[in-house]
Amino acid sequence: MELLMILLIGIIFSVSTYLILTNSLLRVIFGIIMLSHGAHLLLLTLSGFNEGAPPLLGEEASVYADPLPQALILTAIVISFGVTAFLLVLGYKTYKAHETDKLDKLRGHADE
Amino acid sequence: MNNLLLVPVLAPFLIGTILILFKSYPTVQRWISAVTALVMLGFSFYITYVVYVDGIQTVELGGWAPPFGIVLVADLFASLMVILSSIVGVVCLFFAFQTISKEREKFYFYPFYMYLLAGVHGAFLTGDLFNLFVFFEVMLIASYILIVHGGTKYQLRESFKYVVINVFASIFFIVGIAYIYGITGTLNMADIAVRVAEIEQTGVLNAIAVLFLVVFGMKGALFPLYFWLPNSYFGPPSAIAALFGGLLTKVGIYAIIRTFTLIFVHDPGFTHNLILILAGGTMFFGVLGAVAQFDFKRILSFHIISQVGYMALGLGLYSQLAIAGAIYYIAHHIIVKSALFLFCGATEKITGTTDLKKMSGLLKSYPVLGWLFLVSAISLAGIPPLSGFFSKFALILNGIEQERYFIVFISLIVGLLTLFSMMKIFIYVFWGEESLEEKDKNKPIMPLLAPILPLVALTIILGIGAEPIFAFSMEVANQLLEPSEYINSVLKE
Repeated sequence: MELLMILLIGIIFSVSTYLILTNSLLRVIFGIIMLSHGAHLLLLTLSGFNEGAPPLLGEEASVYADPLPQALILTAIVISFGVTAFLLVLGYKTYKAHETDKLDKLRGHADE
Repeated sequence: MNNLLLVPVLAPFLIGTILILFKSYPTVQRWISAVTALVMLGFSFYITYVVYVDGIQTVELGGWAPPFGIVLVADLFASLMVILSSIVGVVCLFFAFQTISKEREKFYFYPFYMYLLAGVHGAFLTGDLFNLFVFFEVMLIASYILIVHGGTKYQLRESFKYVVINVFASIFFIVGIAYIYGITGTLNMADIAVRVAEIEQTGVLNAIAVLFLVVFGMKGALFPLYFWLPNSYFGPPSAIAALFGGLLTKVGIYAIIRTFTLIFVHDPGFTHNLILILAGGTMFFGVLGAVAQFDFKRILSFHIISQVGYMALGLGLYSQLAIAGAIYYIAHHIIVKSALFLFCGATEKITGTTDLKKMSGLLKSYPVLGWLFLVSAISLAGIPPLSGFFSKFALILNGIEQERYFIVFISLIVGLLTLFSMMKIFIYVFWGEESLEEKDKNKPIMPLLAPILPLVALTIILGIGAEPIFAFSMEVANQLLEPSEYINSVLKE
């Protein structure tokens, strides 16, 4: 399971790297979204898939699952959700103002 | 347990939320935010006093004992940073009252200003790696909005890159957190420090250290990850640029100093030498960029980069004297850099441009502005008896003691080039034939100057009162180099 997850994360990271390096605003945003999902999966995988009971108080079990990574990922997902929304709006406004979504046309010049 | 520490984080957050209600009443917003900023400044001094007298203070949120709960920690370094950011917060706010346009004021400028301060203070005070990430995000989201605030074509284009680069760095922050949680099983920085000491810092932990260095270096504009800074700081109005120039990169540097004096301290031959190399590159290439520019704001932005290098240099040398020099340098830099950006805003308000070639001879009509600018400029370049000299002196002295002559040589060259480019600004803007039109000659400048004066006074005080202030920095450095005190007060052992 761990190996499979690591492979999946590797694929997600490479695809998102490719997307971020392309020439289109929207693809860069998609790349960022995928990259953040990859990071969340990595957090889940590295904290271990221990097979234990849910961490409820007052129950008898020999092993409990670690609740912390899930709390962390939840926080991280909320943050990346907000940032993604902001990025999409920013990308849209940039596209409207410059009338292009090609990043090489948004490079700017030294003399301005 | 000291609930006082919550004030610098919660007060701006709550007040920022209240300010949203007063969207169409800029005057009310001004009053509320000014009072909050001043009260926070008072509180930050009080916190530092308490920390100085009673030792490191901690708050366990919800009563969960570390390492399980969220914990806020104020040691001398953190509380000093809170003081500095509160000073900049007050000053830039008062400058914003004079220069920010009405439309911007009505579009939630002050709420996001407050959120930014909340994030910055939280990042300084937190004792937990994941909360550091969360507070970074609070700060960054506010900064994204402030940097694009106004929405000009230039701002939209450069902010997009700024946002993408910072989001990218944040994602790698999560990756770093994932690795360190996988290895140590904890996120409390004091607890991590204990565990890293137990399992010895080799192999994979060094890789994680480098990953964190990359993440924080990207936010702190270290070589070679500084390319995003000059263009994005050029867009927004000077009050915001001053706030960013003073604070944002320093949060990255704070995080580097915190992690590399607390957690990754067991293999300085690798990590701290790497920081030293990065510091050299940062200083040198940053100042080269500044020399090449002919725009007031851009020169200042490139100087931020070169001076971040000095702070990293102090950490890279890793001795009490060098770290004290770095801390002194941070204090000096936050104050002087904000002052210089505000001077840039004042001249922009007078002449309507920041291009050096389009203005000259302001000294005739505005002598006070010119001479005060000169004081801050030579303070930045490190001329005694101003504050820049003493901080650089400590760093260079320690570099010579440790026989790292090459980096000392670079930092001396960088000092000269800094002086050269600051003089370039002074000569182009204030010297020569007067180019102002009649209507520009008699603008009232006292309201513009009033927020800058305390900063100029502070750089002079930091320079003349170097002895006690340096003694204080030595104490801060001592506390940083003895992490056991920090660990004990967090984990209550």
